[in-house]
Amino acid sequence: MIGGLFIYNHKGEVLISRVYRDDIGRNAVDAFRVNVIHARQQVRSPVTNIARTSFFHVKRSNIWLAAVTKQNVNAAMVFEFLYKMCDVMASYFGKISEENIKNNFVLIYELLDEILDFGYPQNSETGSLKTFITQQGIKGQTKEEQSQITSQVTGQIGWRREGIKYRRNELFLDVLESVNLLMSPQGQVLSAHVSGRVVMKSYLSGMPECKFGMNDKIIIDKAGKGGVTNEAGKSTSGKQSIAIDDCTFNQCVRLSKFDSERSISFIPPDGEYELMRYRTTKDIILPFRVIPLVREVGRTKLEVKVVIKSNFKPSLLAQKIEVRIPTPLNTSGVQVICMKGKAKYKASENAIVWKIKRMAGMKESQISAEIELLPTNDKKKWARPPISMNFEVPFAPSGLKVRYLKVFESKLNYSDHDVIKWVRYIGRSGIYETRC
Amino acid sequence: MEWANQLCENRQFGSKMTDSKYFTTTKKGEIFELKAELNSDKKEKKKEAVKKVIASMTVGKDVSALFPDVVNCMQTDNLELKKLVYLYLMNYAKSQPDMAIMAVNTFVKDCEDANPLIRALAVRTMGCIRVDKITEYLCEPLRKCLKDEDPYVRKTAAVCVAKLHDINAQLVEDQGFLDTLKDLISDSNPMVVANAVAALSEIAESHPNSNLLDLNPQSINKLLTALNECTEWGQIFILDCLANYTPRDDRESQSICERVTPRLSHANSAVVLSAVKVLMKFMEMLPKDLDYYSTLLKKLAPPLVTLLSAEPELQYVALRNINLIVQKRPEILKHEMKVFFVKYNDPIYVKLEKLDIMIRLASQANIAQVLAELKEYATEVDVDFVRKAVRAIGRCAIKVEQSAERCVSTLLDLIQTKVNYVVQEAIVVIKDIFRKYPNKYESVIATLCENLDSLDEPEARAAMIWIVGEYAERIDNADELLESFLEGFHDESTQVQLQLLTAIVKLFLKKPTETQELVQQVLSLATQDSDNPDLRDRGYIYWRLLSTDPVAAKEVVLAEKPLISEETDLIEPTLLEELICHIGTLASVYHKPPSAFVEGSRGVMHKRLPARTGSGESTESPDVGTAAGGSAPEAAPSIIPSQGDLLGDLLNLDMAPPTTSGPPPPTTGMQMGGMDLLGGGLDSLMGDESEPPHVPPRTDTPRSPSPQPPSPVYTHTDYTYTDYSHTDSPPDHSPTEHSPPAELGGDIGGSPAMGAGFGAAPAVMPASLNAPVGGGLGDLFDLGGVGMPMGAYIPPKIVWLPAMKAKGLEISGTFARRAGVIQMELILTNKAMSVMTDFAIQFNRNSFGLAPAGPLQVLTPLGPNQTIEVSLPLSTVGPVMKMDPLNNLQVAVKNNIDVFYFSCQYPISMLFVEDGKMERQVFLATWKDIPNDNESQFQIKDCHLNSDAASSKLQGSNIFTIAKRTVEGQDMLYMSIKLSNGIWVLAELRVQAGNPNYTISLKCRAPEVSQCVFQCYEAVLKN
Repeated sequence: MIGGLFIYNHKGEVLISRVYRDDIGRNAVDAFRVNVIHARQQVRSPVTNIARTSFFHVKRSNIWLAAVTKQNVNAAMVFEFLYKMCDVMASYFGKISEENIKNNFVLIYELLDEILDFGYPQNSETGSLKTFITQQGIKGQTKEEQSQITSQVTGQIGWRREGIKYRRNELFLDVLESVNLLMSPQGQVLSAHVSGRVVMKSYLSGMPECKFGMNDKIIIDKAGKGGVTNEAGKSTSGKQSIAIDDCTFNQCVRLSKFDSERSISFIPPDGEYELMRYRTTKDIILPFRVIPLVREVGRTKLEVKVVIKSNFKPSLLAQKIEVRIPTPLNTSGVQVICMKGKAKYKASENAIVWKIKRMAGMKESQISAEIELLPTNDKKKWARPPISMNFEVPFAPSGLKVRYLKVFESKLNYSDHDVIKWVRYIGRSGIYETRC
Repeated sequence: MEWANQLCENRQFGSKMTDSKYFTTTKKGEIFELKAELNSDKKEKKKEAVKKVIASMTVGKDVSALFPDVVNCMQTDNLELKKLVYLYLMNYAKSQPDMAIMAVNTFVKDCEDANPLIRALAVRTMGCIRVDKITEYLCEPLRKCLKDEDPYVRKTAAVCVAKLHDINAQLVEDQGFLDTLKDLISDSNPMVVANAVAALSEIAESHPNSNLLDLNPQSINKLLTALNECTEWGQIFILDCLANYTPRDDRESQSICERVTPRLSHANSAVVLSAVKVLMKFMEMLPKDLDYYSTLLKKLAPPLVTLLSAEPELQYVALRNINLIVQKRPEILKHEMKVFFVKYNDPIYVKLEKLDIMIRLASQANIAQVLAELKEYATEVDVDFVRKAVRAIGRCAIKVEQSAERCVSTLLDLIQTKVNYVVQEAIVVIKDIFRKYPNKYESVIATLCENLDSLDEPEARAAMIWIVGEYAERIDNADELLESFLEGFHDESTQVQLQLLTAIVKLFLKKPTETQELVQQVLSLATQDSDNPDLRDRGYIYWRLLSTDPVAAKEVVLAEKPLISEETDLIEPTLLEELICHIGTLASVYHKPPSAFVEGSRGVMHKRLPARTGSGESTESPDVGTAAGGSAPEAAPSIIPSQGDLLGDLLNLDMAPPTTSGPPPPTTGMQMGGMDLLGGGLDSLMGDESEPPHVPPRTDTPRSPSPQPPSPVYTHTDYTYTDYSHTDSPPDHSPTEHSPPAELGGDIGGSPAMGAGFGAAPAVMPASLNAPVGGGLGDLFDLGGVGMPMGAYIPPKIVWLPAMKAKGLEISGTFARRAGVIQMELILTNKAMSVMTDFAIQFNRNSFGLAPAGPLQVLTPLGPNQTIEVSLPLSTVGPVMKMDPLNNLQVAVKNNIDVFYFSCQYPISMLFVEDGKMERQVFLATWKDIPNDNESQFQIKDCHLNSDAASSKLQGSNIFTIAKRTVEGQDMLYMSIKLSNGIWVLAELRVQAGNPNYTISLKCRAPEVSQCVFQCYEAVLKN
């Protein structure tokens, strides 16, 4: 199990050091600093073995978090724990920075004592942690309150406390997708997938039982076999179902139920959380197509022409469009002409950055650039990094649609109809690259 | 503290005071100030002071001087302050054990507190204080907390049992906590169950044979129920525990799998990987024709792919595991090639792992896509990645025959880029392509030759020289090319020198007329001007061959080479099985068994996949485990020794040249009789060349042996054991890693590493070739423990206690190990006038905990001048104290007259246990892992046994020969010994025919024992 946990600043100075196991000594702190933080080379592995001690590290801005062990621990768990640790800290005091960590070091020690016992991760849901680890010191609790805390921390529904009340029962569903693409210069899709998240903000009273439905092909097909009515419904609505390759759920979702009936039922945590993640690879709507044309004119000049085409309903608007065209390291000057938006050569980033605020569907735009190069005797050829693109579109490129989210709370007197529900779809670019 | 000062300067505290100010106390005399503040009456001031203390502690300052003052703050209602004091206590209690006692009262009181949070806090903290006196007081509160009404307290107490066990295992057993812990598995609260499972699993690891976890269908059912209800971490504990269970039959196995599969949709990757581990393991038991089996296979792919969208660190863990899974069950991910395509922004560690998996998944169906990708990668920036990509192209060519042509043309394109390391890498892989497809792509040689001058890496130079030598007849100016290398012969690395020697000999055999001068030049360079024994010996062999029988030389040197296999870096199957049982853990990340990186007893246990039941199919890979214990497998040991002898004589150069004519003696089962015998012999000689390039060339000569790791044996496993602590050089998995042997081995009849390297089915090799090549590496280990074991060596009895010192009682004796029992054999002689009765014996504490296992059996009174022989069984569980010398034993013997004391030394060999035969891969890993400082070397003089006799003699004393290797007439025996207290000693014994002096190198984590072990060797071998 985890033997110790250290937090360092970018210089390698220790900010937090908590040792859980006797086999980890103080010298482990220095070993990591010397061998990893101060190492001259780029990090070649997130797991480092120094003198039979294994170090797992993650970095958040300038801060290094390292977990140490001498045993054959579950490596995936250690990393999951480190991420969780970051989440917990972030939800307590915001950004993970040197200053914030120093300002909250007592709190962090308290948290570390609570969520890791003898190197075994314990309940680390911020919802319940915040009921008894506070920066204000412990409040005078009654016996009932105390036992409520402990039963929640150890309970089956560790993520939600009892007795939540809202005057207005409301929930927000955000379907956030990032669409990833790797395209060959000839326009052939080498790989494309959508990784999506359903984020829910719930402001619901009591312990509501929820059921979430989407246009998952397996369910629709299953229902379709049932009878004629469904088939008719399908044809009229014209709704397409989508094939989900795989999905994972927040721990509130009953996995065995999903496995047997493919229904998503759960008691939601209060406030914002991620209900599910999913991945699709079939029938993806690629919102943009990038057509590059790079021509080397002699040894000192490059001509680049890039066309982007939007590929969605003309009534919809894409936003925050940015096309990044890499330039060689020995670029001396760039002239750019673009039809729409603004384009700039950024020498520090070795790229031409072309920004367009808005663009409707079924349009196209073009940029051309002349890149002048300094003659070099460097034999190495320019690697030609791919042209990457960023954007945001108001639909789900996977085609996912929320069909329903039903809320049942039998003990309180509100019904599914009384809950105000909001659904929003946002499609963003993930790694959206076209080779040139 | 530097940063703390800066911070102080930079920041003026605003209205809100924050904790960071505590980091600013670095003034002189601060300890005094803190002391005053800690003793202040004001609560706030106290708390501030404790915070400062903790801040100092964090940055590594010694604030232990404040111990009493901090402990004084412990009794407080303020929970935050209390936690801080506890934190301090955990850090310093060990250094101030006496003062730590002051805290006990508060702990005991807190364990009774009305607030469950405080009860839990107290028991949690107490368990972290590793002071004996405190642990004594911990027992009662812990017992109560284990049965507390509040689940939060119980779950904390469960972990506390594991803590206590780590401090004092005996105490935990004596107090019956283990049973209480077992009861908690049936607790109503899932989190308590999960923590109890975690604690029990950890405790069980240090008692490998105890049936602590006692997994049976009922308890498994409880665990599976808790699995649905507990936190994500708890699910991991439970799944990891489930993976240790072996279902009784395929039906049970299936029902567990069915209940575990929903976990594959969990958002926590560790839960997913642990579930995958359980499924991969239990799947072994399912009959393959079962529908459920294929359903399960299909279910495994999507979650594995999803892991690749996690954060990069987790991706890395996932990829290392997928690498194992793909080797074990390639069918799972065979259609998922695309997801392993490298993204431009992937961290380098993810890129390298993806590349590895891409090659494993490459098949005829997807090769076009893969090649296009690899070509892209070869233009990237990171040198390691580019090299690997180039090697990968070569591997595709070898793996998928249809793609070979495209691969070759891609490689040629890359050579045209003239990027130095790309060119060199490409040439190395093209050499392998030539090996695989002889006489097909030789047209590219001209292009390769153009780049001759730019090659500066030994491996690339060696590859190029091999190509020139191999195709000398088609290269007009081959002699010029090779001659150009010859100029700086002595500056070249050994690898290049050897290759050059062979290439020129080949050239000579092909074009004898023009190159006589050249060959003489190289032979004299190699034999007369070189200090390198390998080079010299190879030179002599060629010389002798060429001068006695050129026809034979031709047959040897230009013999047809066995084909190289497609998969060259597969993990050895037994290791793979073990690693599959460790999916998700560090072992799976390192691709090493836990015993290779975990100290102590933990993890030494080897996990195995369960055997398939039901359909009666045999397991896919043979269980080597059965061969490991007991006697050696009977794999053709009779041939190899004779090869060794032949080789030894050959090297002495006073034997007649080997006969070349005559029909093969049918009994040898070899193809060409004497000739092939030599081929095989040479081959085993050249097993040496299979050292991976990073192992420095050996410089020792037979006359002055020096410590030397058994490096050649790494060849086919080096991938597995690559040391990840050197993260700057990630493991390279391409076949060329193993290719050095091909250069030479290929020349002379067989390439051990390429052909037989992997015990796993070298299908492309003609079966008949296996036998001679056996002298190489693959079969090396099968030779372990040749011959019948003899009895253990028992030293002659000597007088321990002379009669004059013991009022007439004379004791002489010796020690023996018979059938696993250590016995002290005593002769008691009464040289006094009166009768002696009431004998008893006792030992002082000693290094290995030897103690009499029963009373001294002298039943009848011992009359004057009477002698009696007694044998006293000994156990090794007595109290331990290090003695000097280590094997010293102080004995007290009592009779009716007096008590007498004497000391004697026992041969350490009687502590060698019967199961001391290490598995070979464990041996390799361990040898590599033990630092060289722990190695000691000894000479055994005047021993006239040959290596096999020595080996079997040693085996009688539980010194097990694991492997034998013959190098230039020197037999190297690799042996392992396990002491009764679990210490392993690894040994390398070098025996040279005709030389009565043996050299022995011993490696052990506890180097103190080496001297004693050496004495045993000497005693055993000479008697």
